[in-house]
Amino acid sequence: MGDILGLVAKRLGLGLVTLLVVSVLIFFAVELLPGDIAQAVLGQMATEETLARLREELGLERPAVVRYFDWLAGAVTGDFGTSLIDGEPVTAKITDRFVSTLFLAAYAAVIAVPFAITLGIVVALLRNSIFDRVANVVTLTSISSPEFFLGYILILYLAVKWSMFPAIASISSGMTFLELLERTFLPALTLVLVVTAHMMRMTRAAIINLLASPYIEMARLKGAPPWKVIVRHALPNAWAPIINVVALNLAYLVTGVVLVEVVFVYPGIGQLLVDAVAKRDFPIVQACCLIFAATFILLNLAADVGAILTNPRLRHPK
Amino acid sequence: MSKFHNKGVLLEIRGLKIDGYSDETWVPIIKGVDLTLRRGEVLGLIGESGAGKSTIGAAAMGYARDGTRISEGSIEFDGMELTTATSAEKRALRGSRIAYVAQSAAASFNPAHKLIDQHTEAPLHYRIKKRMEAQEDAMELYERLRLPNPREIGFRYPHQVSGGQLQRAMTAMAMSCRPDLIIFDEPTTALDVTTQIEVLAAIRDIVDQFNTAAVYITHDLAVVAQMADAIKVLLKGEEVEHASTEKMLDAPEEDYTKSLWAVRSFKRPQKSRPEDESKPVISVQGVDAAYTGGAKVLDDVSFDIYPGMTVAVVGESGSGKSTAARVITGLLPPMKGEVLCRDEALPPRYQDRTRDQLRQAQMIYQMADTALNPKSRISDIIGRPAQFYSGLKGQALKQRVDELLDLIELDPASFYNRFPPELSGGQKQRVGIARALAAEPEFIICDEVTSALDQLVAEGILKLLDRLQQELGLAYMFITHDLATVRSIADEVVVMQNGKVVEQGAKDEMFTPPHHPYTDLLLSSVPEMDPNWLTTLLEERGVDNIGEAARV
Repeated sequence: MGDILGLVAKRLGLGLVTLLVVSVLIFFAVELLPGDIAQAVLGQMATEETLARLREELGLERPAVVRYFDWLAGAVTGDFGTSLIDGEPVTAKITDRFVSTLFLAAYAAVIAVPFAITLGIVVALLRNSIFDRVANVVTLTSISSPEFFLGYILILYLAVKWSMFPAIASISSGMTFLELLERTFLPALTLVLVVTAHMMRMTRAAIINLLASPYIEMARLKGAPPWKVIVRHALPNAWAPIINVVALNLAYLVTGVVLVEVVFVYPGIGQLLVDAVAKRDFPIVQACCLIFAATFILLNLAADVGAILTNPRLRHPK
Repeated sequence: MSKFHNKGVLLEIRGLKIDGYSDETWVPIIKGVDLTLRRGEVLGLIGESGAGKSTIGAAAMGYARDGTRISEGSIEFDGMELTTATSAEKRALRGSRIAYVAQSAAASFNPAHKLIDQHTEAPLHYRIKKRMEAQEDAMELYERLRLPNPREIGFRYPHQVSGGQLQRAMTAMAMSCRPDLIIFDEPTTALDVTTQIEVLAAIRDIVDQFNTAAVYITHDLAVVAQMADAIKVLLKGEEVEHASTEKMLDAPEEDYTKSLWAVRSFKRPQKSRPEDESKPVISVQGVDAAYTGGAKVLDDVSFDIYPGMTVAVVGESGSGKSTAARVITGLLPPMKGEVLCRDEALPPRYQDRTRDQLRQAQMIYQMADTALNPKSRISDIIGRPAQFYSGLKGQALKQRVDELLDLIELDPASFYNRFPPELSGGQKQRVGIARALAAEPEFIICDEVTSALDQLVAEGILKLLDRLQQELGLAYMFITHDLATVRSIADEVVVMQNGKVVEQGAKDEMFTPPHHPYTDLLLSSVPEMDPNWLTTLLEERGVDNIGEAARV
């Protein structure tokens, strides 16, 4: 087990380094804007005095490197500065939104991951059958359609025509958990439709890829029925690629939900990011980007660790 | 066969034809084979790769591999016709009444499960035994097959157990439901000679003890002679000859069978070191080496290779033969010691070597399949080193490639533009040789170049290497675990064990006693074409003194 802990520590360290590099990119990307932040916020029409005042307020006269380390030190302690628009602390603005986004992502993931993997196993078992083809076509269609389109289709049928679920996913703090689930069902379903195909197809491919292995032939020649060949003999060896795709899709659920949040007017971090970009509220943009990057890195790290843990060679060294 | 005449027929195959799917059509690969197996009888199926041995073995279980189909004939197992049986009926036989032992146990055990869980899968599935009973039985079988720590070894994962042990564990697994018939598909081909003996002895014992019938598939005549009561020789999906083992060995009738028997006849005169002052083309001096973070793989290894000579490096897998080659080529810088080329020290890392130094150490690999880029034309594969080392271009390059193809006896006109997957195993290996020659080296490392090839094809490759040596004055470092190959082509022999050189010298000295005990173990472990060889050897060594137990 010591080896595995070492590996995890190493990956974690690498992840932190990556995050640091990303933070540099995020911070200095804003610096690359024509003019400076004050100019960008106030626009072309600003007078010299207002510009100078804002610059002083933001501490822009200090060198960029100093400001970067200031910002980084704040970010590490959870302080992302204040909004340029209303002067409120960024962290407070983001926290609620991020929790909402995580809730929606978790909701979609809890449905999509087991569903996609089970479906992947079933289509691997029934490969090249009608069911396999239908499942492939349907999931491919859903992944190929833009999510706002899928969202509107779902709203049209499930909300407008049959009135089964609310079209707008507005939530408030007083709601019970069940109410929350009902309100956010349509955005969650949209996300499920978007991410299922990828995970299902990778599960299918990873399993079928192994079916030519000698140990699969051995299992067949031991008289194992087809489902057992797949579930007991192929699946345990197919986890590594499956876990990777699952992690990628989970990351997408957190960072790629902007459109879905807009369609369903869901108060998540994606909407906040869109608003902040429109209003040039850079501290919020930077904070969101850093959170997205951290999510990506963390989930990929989890995938690496998961792949290690499912590898018997690493779990049980000689 | 007389011994089994009064026994009931267990397996009867009549006029079996099997098609394989290739290039979008079905082509016959088994063209009407008959086979009768009585209870307790062991039949050897022998032939080169592509002869259809394994396909027939699988068909005996009513199983057609992906891309094959049984098109005609009947397969009757104990009164049940398998060609018309439903898949559920056939499945019910597999593992319970007919079991299978695969060529590579390392690949055929599922890496994700413990050995004993794989062992007990069939008995639990067929509800023959309860889990605890099945585990007890597994341990008992492990003990009978002389596995070390029989009560504990089953709880390991396949990668934690050595190849020879895995192969015995797989034989134990095949026995788990006490089947009437076991198909052994080249069970010892992937093993070292010393390990092969213990597996052969274990298989033979257990088949005797339970009076199990068996089909023993192999390409090694000497092995089949130890195991089988009768032998059937196959060639390209057809039967060539069928007779009892004694008769087949003493008086083979067909020319093809005779040619198989005579295959090891190639021998060339042994050369000795040059008398004059010429320097060794490669001299390995006191080399220690290890892979990152691992234990020492080479321990104070020294040997010289003189121009125009063939030095065979022999030893079991893991003895450090290939690592020595990696040190010479600069792929693995040594921890200690150095490699000299004509008295000039070579930089330890290949990145630091000059083109001319790189040219001196070319390699030919064991698996021509994986050593050639399947997406490159033959002309590119051979042309690239010619271009890199000699700077040839255009017409001159094409001419050089043609010359090289001529050297390896492949017609330039028909091979120039082809891709490796279109070639046979022997042809691919020839291309590998041409690629090494393209650098115009003085010294080539041949890493088990014939061990993946059939005997007839391997002999052709050995003859080619010998001719090239004479024509071009090449020196070879010939890495092999096959002592028959050493006998036929080596001038000097270096015996390695656990990363150390245990003995080295001229070939004829090495093959005449007294030997180092390890050399002796290696030499005596090579199967001979005498049906009583294994029995005699086991009597000499004592049952508990074979294989790993006999290690010195």
